[in-house]
Amino acid sequence: MAKANMSLTRNPMPTQDPQVRAHNFSEVALGYTKETAIDEAMRCLNCKNMPCVSGCPVKIHIPEFIEKIKEGEFEAAYQIISQSSSLPAVCGRVCPQETQCESKCIRGVKGESVGIGRLERFVADWHNTFCTEEPVRPEPKGHKVAIVGSGPSGLTCAGDLAKKGYEVTVFEALHTAGGVLVYGIPEFRLPKAIVAKEVETLEKLGVKVETNVVIGKTLTVDELFDMGYEAVFIGSGAGLPNFMNIPGESLKGVYSANEFLTRSNLMKAYLEQPETPIMKGGNVAVVGGGNVAMDAARTALRLGADKVYIVYRRSMEELPARREEVEHAEEEGIEFRLLCNPVEILGYNNPDDPRDPKNGFVTGMRCVKMELGEPDAKGRRRPVEIPNSEFEIAVDTVIMSIGTSPNPLIKSTTEGLEVNSRGGIIVNEDGLTSRNAVYAGGDAVTGAATVISAMGAGKTAAKAIDEYLSK
Amino acid sequence: MYKIVEKKVLNPTVVQLQIEAPLVANKAKPGQFIILRVDESGERIPLTVAGTNKEKGTVKIIFQIVGGTTEKLSHKEEGEYIQDFVGPLGVATHLDGLKKVCIVGGGVGCAIAMPIAEKLHEIGAEVTSIIGFRNKDLLILEDEFRACSNTLRIMTDDGSYGEHGNVTVPLKEMLEAGEQFDMIITIGPLIMMKFVVATAKPFGTPVTVSMNPIMIDGTGMCGGCRLTLNVDGKKVTKFACVDGPDFNGYEVDFDEAMSRGRMYFDFERHAHDAACNLFKKEVK
Repeated sequence: MAKANMSLTRNPMPTQDPQVRAHNFSEVALGYTKETAIDEAMRCLNCKNMPCVSGCPVKIHIPEFIEKIKEGEFEAAYQIISQSSSLPAVCGRVCPQETQCESKCIRGVKGESVGIGRLERFVADWHNTFCTEEPVRPEPKGHKVAIVGSGPSGLTCAGDLAKKGYEVTVFEALHTAGGVLVYGIPEFRLPKAIVAKEVETLEKLGVKVETNVVIGKTLTVDELFDMGYEAVFIGSGAGLPNFMNIPGESLKGVYSANEFLTRSNLMKAYLEQPETPIMKGGNVAVVGGGNVAMDAARTALRLGADKVYIVYRRSMEELPARREEVEHAEEEGIEFRLLCNPVEILGYNNPDDPRDPKNGFVTGMRCVKMELGEPDAKGRRRPVEIPNSEFEIAVDTVIMSIGTSPNPLIKSTTEGLEVNSRGGIIVNEDGLTSRNAVYAGGDAVTGAATVISAMGAGKTAAKAIDEYLSK
Repeated sequence: MYKIVEKKVLNPTVVQLQIEAPLVANKAKPGQFIILRVDESGERIPLTVAGTNKEKGTVKIIFQIVGGTTEKLSHKEEGEYIQDFVGPLGVATHLDGLKKVCIVGGGVGCAIAMPIAEKLHEIGAEVTSIIGFRNKDLLILEDEFRACSNTLRIMTDDGSYGEHGNVTVPLKEMLEAGEQFDMIITIGPLIMMKFVVATAKPFGTPVTVSMNPIMIDGTGMCGGCRLTLNVDGKKVTKFACVDGPDFNGYEVDFDEAMSRGRMYFDFERHAHDAACNLFKKEVK
């Protein structure tokens, strides 16, 4: 075995040039080569107490798979990851590793932590490119389980149960499986072919995916039981977009981030001559500071915007988006208007001609400057308006990216399913809801959170469903 | 994929399809809608359900050719398939307890009004139907309305059939003559529904309107279908896909809805022209 690589810095992730990528939808990060992956793996000290694993919501055996990379056994490394994760190629791209596994890495105490996420991505891509072996379908157990929603929690739950021999059907409301992975996260961060590949792998394990079925409308949870499903997992996500309730939000050119991203990602409005329209060009303001806001801003830029602003009411320090995403956005030329908050969206109105086609379109946004006051209950300093500090910015499109709430469709059609004051489904530590044999997880429970925490919840529920149906 | 089991051309711009979709047929109630995609690159468009046949597992849709997608859909033939068909979405029209109802339909909106009139007739309500069209050539569903209406008034803008004038004329007449409707249910162009509400207002008759804004997912996820209601002097945002499509006509901000409906006007016009060129059809 070669000696450990004691470099304090990790191998940088190769990326497309910012000037180039700002005008295309191809993936930004290009991935490690075999040589870089092995070199980076050599930085892992294979700690006996494995602090990294404690930081992973699905408890991937991290040092074990990295050992296999050191040996050049990439498929073996993949098999180790896939014991714990159903979506390695996805997690290697969109997990906030810097606050999870990598934040616990011993190498991070002095220098940079091992690039665990980058290695995970490398291994998953290697498998997807070179592995031709079909997954083995396990012996059927003779139990049917229904999964509502094909996002990260649903796919994880489905995968874990299918591997145990359950007959699993995933019901998806949209026409393509993947949930937020296909409608929310843009192509340049997570190519849709990768999501399709992960879904295909699950189908080879025997998972059935039924698109165009809205549970709560086409079928209800109770009808699923009538159809012979013995347990149901609800992973319907946090679909309902929030608005600010300020004047002008109904003007033409104001989108929720969900709508803007869905038009571009799911409906492919970014392609040439799309069938689904989207407003492009001009100046764009994205209100909010999360990962979704970064995705919307960078999508608007790629669609041909002249200028794109992130308008956020706190400062850079409080910005909730991943550091890497913020850096990428800055490199591409997104302008950050921090400590400022919109109070009104302004629209065109020709007083002499009510039929003027420009009437009702966005022309600008009135904002107020903010300063940081006392910390709130979560410890984040509360932004306070500075009196008489109003100013206007000229924009043609405004994208509201200020969070989402759980979708109420299932709650309203499932008797006895209890939710909290924010609309999140109430579950116990096993993911069991107030209804017998009905489990839930992901954003439908927590409100908007991360892909990996949703996967963790899907995993927990799969384990509990297996125990329940094995009784 | 969803099979087209029957196709009927109702008039030069309006087509009726029966689509095989047993799960939707089993559930759909008057007032609810579906979302479809014609093919793999297609956009999602909402269309209100115009009827169902539970035994055959089919759903009837009636649509007007207005943009690229409806143009493409109109070229699909019996036995062919469309890519996606999902529903039923939205809340069904509330009909319980209604004894005497006036249905006011305009243009292709009559296709949505018809199953509501049928249902009311079935539950024993007295149904007055006022249906309006631009001219005789665009008239649809006359026999169907006659079969389920106690009174039927047909209006054309140019007087080429039925009575000359728009739908608010007979409505006003009846209300002035002292007709007491439990509810007026109106479905058609926004401008027509706005004037139906204005006509009914002095008489205080409740009006239900059916909104048909731009949508993508139809499950509350995108918020593109949002509209503003004025409820007791307060502005409230609602999503037509999950809170509607029916709303109290007195509360709806029609001007805003009309403005939002024109958001992609240029795009749609080009898309329609492009689709027409594709089918080598003259662009009118």
